Amino acid sequence: MIKRKIGILVIALLICIALFMFYGLGSNLSYILPKRAIRVWTIIVVASSIGYSSIIFQTITQNKILTPSIMGYESVFILFQTILVFLYGDKTFQVLQHSGNFLLSTLAMLVFSLFIYLIIFKNHQQNIYQLLLIGLILGTLFQTLSSFLQIIIDPNEFSIIENHMFASFSNMNTGLLSLATGLLIISFAIGQYFIKYLDILALGREHAINLGVPYNKMVQVLLLIISIMVSVSTALVGPILFLGILVSNITYQYLPTHKHKYLLLACSLISCIVVFLGQFLIEHIFNFSTAVSIIINFIGGVYFIYLILKSRK
Amino acid sequence: MNKFLLFSLLIAFSFISLMVGSKSIAINELFSMDEEQFLVFTASRIPRTLSLLITGAGISVAGFIMQQIAQNKFVSPTTAGTLDAAKMGILFALIFLPDVGLFGKISFALVFCFIASLIFILLIKRIQIKDIVIVPLLGIMFGNVLSAIATYFAIKYNIVQNVEGWLMGDFSGILQGQYETLYLIIPIVAISYLFAYQFTLIGMGESFSKNLGVSYNTFLYIGLLLVSLTVSASVVTVGVIPFLGLIIPNLVRMYKGDNLRKNLPFIAMYGALFLLVSDIFGRIIIAPYEIPIGLMVGVIGGLIFFYLIFRRQK
Repeated sequence: MIKRKIGILVIALLICIALFMFYGLGSNLSYILPKRAIRVWTIIVVASSIGYSSIIFQTITQNKILTPSIMGYESVFILFQTILVFLYGDKTFQVLQHSGNFLLSTLAMLVFSLFIYLIIFKNHQQNIYQLLLIGLILGTLFQTLSSFLQIIIDPNEFSIIENHMFASFSNMNTGLLSLATGLLIISFAIGQYFIKYLDILALGREHAINLGVPYNKMVQVLLLIISIMVSVSTALVGPILFLGILVSNITYQYLPTHKHKYLLLACSLISCIVVFLGQFLIEHIFNFSTAVSIIINFIGGVYFIYLILKSRK
Repeated sequence: MNKFLLFSLLIAFSFISLMVGSKSIAINELFSMDEEQFLVFTASRIPRTLSLLITGAGISVAGFIMQQIAQNKFVSPTTAGTLDAAKMGILFALIFLPDVGLFGKISFALVFCFIASLIFILLIKRIQIKDIVIVPLLGIMFGNVLSAIATYFAIKYNIVQNVEGWLMGDFSGILQGQYETLYLIIPIVAISYLFAYQFTLIGMGESFSKNLGVSYNTFLYIGLLLVSLTVSASVVTVGVIPFLGLIIPNLVRMYKGDNLRKNLPFIAMYGALFLLVSDIFGRIIIAPYEIPIGLMVGVIGGLIFFYLIFRRQK
C-alpha cells in the first residue's frame, strides 16, 4: 500500500520532469537541453532538501507546524551573507572564495540552530504557538537587520553582491550547484543511517532516552543536517517561507504512516513535484509574470491560517 | 515619569530634531540663519519634526485601539496585516488609477485597511484555542498572504520587484507641501480620547459592553475606521513603521496600569518621543547619510517585542 503510493509519486515526478524538460522545445536543442537539465537538477536539490529538513525538524520538535524556514533559518543565512559582505566589502570574493562564504554561513546557521534548539528545549512544556511567534519575529528581525546592513554598505559594493544574494527559481545561483549537491549527498548518507532513530525520536525525549537512544548527540547531528540543507536551498534559490509546511502536511495526509523511511522519501518527492508544477505553470501559463515563491507563499499562508483555525487544544 | 517631565523631554528632543541633519543649524544660529539655513529649516526641518510627532502619537494610539478591539495586547497594525493592506491599497491605486493624487491613494489604502481589519476580526472570532499568541500569529500570516497577493500584482504590472522592502518608513523625504495629509491624524487622536471609555468597554467583550449600554458594533466600526485612517495616512506619507503601535501601548501599560483614558496621553507622548529619538539616531549614525526610520524602529521594536513575549512566561 505505502510502497504503491510512493511508486505513484515517483511516476508523477518523472512525468513532471519530462514535461519540464521537453515542453515547448525550440529548434536549438544543444543550447536548451543542458540549460534545462541544470534547472531540473537545481530544483531537485532544493526541493528535496526543504522537504527532508522540514520533516526532520518537525520530528525533533514533535509538532506539525514548525519548519526551519518559519523559525527564521533562511533569514539567518541571508543575514550572515550580508555580514560577510559588510565586513569585507567588494573584496568579499577575493578574500573568501564564494564557496568559503557559503560554508561560513552554514557554520553560523549551525550555531543558530543550536540556539533555537535551546529555546525549544527550554520551552518544552510551553506551547508551540509561542515558539512559532518567536520564530516569525526572529525572521522579521533578521530580515530588517539585513536590510539595515545593506543600506549601510556602499552602493557599489552592494550591486556586486546583489545578484548572488537574491536568488530565486528564475534566477538560480547555479555556481554553487556542484558543492551543494556534494553536501546534500553527504547529508542524505548520514541521514540514512539515522532514519531508524527518527521513529524513536518522534516518541519524545523521555521515551527516546528510556529506549536507549543517545538523545542529545542524535539531535545535534540532525540539526547539523538541517542547517546544511537549509543553507543549500537558500543559497541556490533564496527563501521560500511556506514550502516546507505545505509539503510536510501534504505528506502526512497522503501517507498514513509514522515510519520516517517512507515519510522522508515521500516528502522529498512531493516537494519536487510541487515546485516543478509551480515553476512549469509560471513559465508556460503565466509567462514568467510571477515567481513561484509568491504562489507557494500564498497557498502556504492560506493553508497555515486554516491549520490554526482548525486546531483545538 | 510624570506628564510634565515627558512633555519637556518632547520639547527638548523636538529642538534637537530641528537642528540635527546633514546641514546642521546650531542653537545660537536659530535667530540669525543665512538664507540657505532658513530654507532647510522651514522646508524640511519643521515639517519633518512635526510629522515625526504626529505619526508617533497617531500610530501608537491606533495600536492601542486595535488591542482593545481585538482584546489582545499583541495586536497592532504590524501584527494584524493592516500595514500590508495599506501597501496593497496604494499599489492598486498605482495600477488602476495611476494619475490619482495623494488623497486618492489614501482613500484606496483606507478602504483596503478597513476591509482587511474586518476580515481579521472575523478570523479572530473563529479561533478555537484561547491563547494570547495565536492572534498575532494569525495576523502575521494574514499579512503574509496579503503581501503575496500584492507582490503578484506588483510584478505583473512591473511596478516594484519586491513589495517587502517597498514603502520602508523614512522621514528624509518629508518636505513642506507633501506631509500635510498627516494632519488628519490629529483629530483622530482627539476622537480616540473622547471615546476612551467606550473602547475600554468593548475591550471587555461583546456581551459585557452591551450589558453596560454601549453599542458594540458601532464602536467596533468607529475604532476600525480610526485605525485605518491613521495607518493609511501615515503609510502613504512616510511609509511603514513596524512594531510602533505594538510596543508603546504595552510598555506604557506595564508601568501605568490599565486606566485607559489616563494612559492615552502617555501613549501618544511616548510614541512621539520614541519616534523622534529613533529618527535623530538614524540621522547621526551614518551621517551625512541616513538610516530610514523603518529599519531603526524595526530592529529596536523587534527586540522589545521579544522581551514582551518572554516576559509573559515568567
